[in-house]
Amino acid sequence: MSGDIYLDNAATSWPKPPVVLEAIKDFLETAGGNTGRSGHRRSIASSRAVSLARERLAELLGAETPDELIFTKNATEALNVAIYGLADGVDRVVTTSLEHNSVMRPLRDLEQRGGRSVEVVRADGNTGEIDLDGWAAALRGPGRCLAVAVHASNVTGALLPIAAMGDIAADAGVPFVVDASQSAGHIPLLLPALGAAAVAMPGHKGLLGPSGTGLLYLAPGVAVEPLIRGGTGSQSESEYQPDFAPDRYESGTLNAMGIVGLGAAAEHLREVGVERVQDRLTELGRRFRDGLAGADGVTLHGPADPAVGVGIASLNVEGVPCATVARLLDDEWGVMTRAGLHCSPAAHRSLGTAPEGTVRFSWGYETSERELDVAVEAVRTIATRERSAEPLGTVA
Amino acid sequence: MKWGGVVSFFASEHAMRAERMLQRADLPARLVPGPREVSPNCGVAVAFVWEQEPEVEQALKDSKIRFEAIHRFDLDDGLARVS
Repeated sequence: MSGDIYLDNAATSWPKPPVVLEAIKDFLETAGGNTGRSGHRRSIASSRAVSLARERLAELLGAETPDELIFTKNATEALNVAIYGLADGVDRVVTTSLEHNSVMRPLRDLEQRGGRSVEVVRADGNTGEIDLDGWAAALRGPGRCLAVAVHASNVTGALLPIAAMGDIAADAGVPFVVDASQSAGHIPLLLPALGAAAVAMPGHKGLLGPSGTGLLYLAPGVAVEPLIRGGTGSQSESEYQPDFAPDRYESGTLNAMGIVGLGAAAEHLREVGVERVQDRLTELGRRFRDGLAGADGVTLHGPADPAVGVGIASLNVEGVPCATVARLLDDEWGVMTRAGLHCSPAAHRSLGTAPEGTVRFSWGYETSERELDVAVEAVRTIATRERSAEPLGTVA
Repeated sequence: MKWGGVVSFFASEHAMRAERMLQRADLPARLVPGPREVSPNCGVAVAFVWEQEPEVEQALKDSKIRFEAIHRFDLDDGLARVS
């Protein structure tokens, strides 16, 4: 029986809260002007709406002022601003072995351009554990250093001890960039408490906004080179980029409808309570793991206790390629997952699942027990049926 | 009651936030196209009642919203009256 069971929330969340759809529709009908550009009512309505969204996000995430939050098109852009900006003048960048390519590719690029080395401190993909002494030693190495770490693995959901890592970075006087792509909206975040100079996150995953939205948090006093320069609607008489946030980092017309949707999602999350979201994700995680406990031919990765995760589980079925598992899940049960390396080859090497990768299941607050149970039964069925089946022949 | 005062800003984001903050503090405030004489920077400014200038200034400082300057300014007739 084919259903419509969306378990790919770690790629982008679905469904979005109805208030998000309503806010976008309302914005396009009643506002619709260009944010921060003109003085007429539709432009001002657009500016008001974007400003209110920024305020709501600042309240949700504990930023001291909304100016600390920069709108980007996704977490990758936010990471690029933070990494290239803060790498200016550094000799070494220290990171972990669980990073997504949105971190690793900018770092490898910095390395290839010369002048900076990249040091990878091993973290355990199953538990998120990292040798904090090793982390401290790497940060205290010679030369000027920048530290970058993922908060939660996008492959297994394992949470890293980010606050402790941030404390160590602060003690060493090293600016710290956190990739909160899988944690924002899934566990309560108080941005100033992370000890980070910058935190990047998508708007379209746990924060439940539409795609095309992301956020960069820059701690008070942190200013970096913008990635792009251009019109901001402010200081129009000057041919030079403004030096103040948020305008310095927000050149060109904003994705106002997306931002407004994200603001509505933030308000929704505040009403629901991120603590409740976390509890729900943990509860569902226990159900998923319990359901697959002892299943022959199924290897589950990630934290044994989903309380130290973020609503993600990764698995392999012995003898069945990941892509085949994902296709069968979708074709036969309507269960949508993601197979492969999840843009995180380093994390899969840490986990021992490279180059094949895993099948990743990622649920959300709206996922039901029944949906997870269908997924569990489907995996069990595939594991028993496909392992005994003949390999797929070639098409004649 | 006339507006009589205008706050100018560097960024329109700050003008939006200031309008919201003042209104929440029960201080009449309204976004207006920035008069060129006082606000070449962000295109919009926030009009307020000049008699409430001390409260407006204090509220702006308490909120830490970045503003450029506070001006005594009589808006055009169409915008001149608060209500």
